[in-house]
Amino acid sequence: MKYLIALLVMGLLTNNFVLSKFYGICPFLGVSKKLNTAVGMSAAVIVVMLMATAATYPINKLLVNHDLAFLQTVVFILVIAALVQMVEIVLKKFMKPLYNALGIYLPLITTNCAVLGVVLLNVQEEYTFIQAMVNSLGAGLGFMLAMVLFAGVRGKMEDCDVPEFLQGLPITLIAASLVSLSFLGFSGIIEGMGLLG
Amino acid sequence: MAEKKSLGKEFSKGLIRENPVLRLVLGTCPTLAVTTSVTNAIGMGVAATIVLVCSNIVISALRKVIPSKVRIPAYIVIIASFVTIVQLLVKAFVPALDTALGAFLPLIVVNCIILGRAEAFASKNTVLYSAVDGLGMGVGFTAALCLMGTCREILGAGTFLNGIQDLLVLFGDNVLGGWNGFDFNGGLSAVGLQPITLFILPAGGFFVFGILMALANKIAAGKGKPKAELHGCAHCPMAGSCAKYAAENETCEEKKEEVAS
Repeated sequence: MKYLIALLVMGLLTNNFVLSKFYGICPFLGVSKKLNTAVGMSAAVIVVMLMATAATYPINKLLVNHDLAFLQTVVFILVIAALVQMVEIVLKKFMKPLYNALGIYLPLITTNCAVLGVVLLNVQEEYTFIQAMVNSLGAGLGFMLAMVLFAGVRGKMEDCDVPEFLQGLPITLIAASLVSLSFLGFSGIIEGMGLLG
Repeated sequence: MAEKKSLGKEFSKGLIRENPVLRLVLGTCPTLAVTTSVTNAIGMGVAATIVLVCSNIVISALRKVIPSKVRIPAYIVIIASFVTIVQLLVKAFVPALDTALGAFLPLIVVNCIILGRAEAFASKNTVLYSAVDGLGMGVGFTAALCLMGTCREILGAGTFLNGIQDLLVLFGDNVLGGWNGFDFNGGLSAVGLQPITLFILPAGGFFVFGILMALANKIAAGKGKPKAELHGCAHCPMAGSCAKYAAENETCEEKKEEVAS
């Protein structure tokens, strides 16, 4: 149990998926202009991450049992692509409001390296099913936290008088650097709380 | 259209004019993640270049066979196969690089540069041109990674090309007499200085990328070119296949509001 909490806190704060591991930078920079799009996108990412983890776990067991572990990358990306398509179709048909809120972000998620990244990490670290799910949840929540915080920072930045050569992407990256710097303050929290026993 | 282009131009555009990292803003994740040292940057760049050239060749050769409706999944399978090949080769011959790059080696699959080039170039041009385009883009990617890596490694770790033997292992043991990169730390501490560790931390990655981006924009502006900008969806290789994201970011937001209302 302690280990699961540690995993969650690591994904959220100390090893934040976006700000310290650099997964999913494209949506982080591209979709964080407005708070509501940031929340929608990250909610979709969390859902897909959890489903992808749940789907790839048994498939990976199957691959490993048949000595086909080298196919992991190919199989995982296809599973994720198919899963995203299916989620989109099901949402569109049966849950229209949810589709309107999350569905439009789904096509973008296939090529989001955060999803494939978390699935590959789960395999590399040889997590059990529960640990893998908690790790994915932590990673997804970390993604959401970073997106929401950064959307706030960018909102504030709109009123600022930025030097011409820094306008646009450069200042966004420098702001991301400062947000990332602030997350450094969380390092040591796991050891401090004695979560890794 | 392919006839009028020259091979040299196709190659050179990826280096500077359409540099995938600094001009097209593609492949930002590996750019930030692996550039803590120049050695990693070179390794990542070369691995991505191999995948890029091979997948461009195969996709271009199959461009008339693949039905356009299923082209994206088909491209992904082709790219993923080459990534697996490269991954296995790296694991076998340069194991230290495999450890250093971690998950970012298999993640070349979702690197936008590769799918982006497949969609934008290889699916419309002949095999030779696609190969040259892939090579140019790959070299441009590697160059940008090395530039980032150089800034970060020198400032953050006080070394340059540290651990280069890990890569040179490919050419045999003790190439260059076992030379393992420069180390300025001795000289630095002699004058009472230390490297700025921040630069090899994640925050430093964002910072260096931002400054390099500003410089690239400044140079581009001097030549009357527009500045590089990340347009949410427009840069996503899926945009073409995704009806909702047909055009640019603005259109996305509009569509989203339409859907919501």
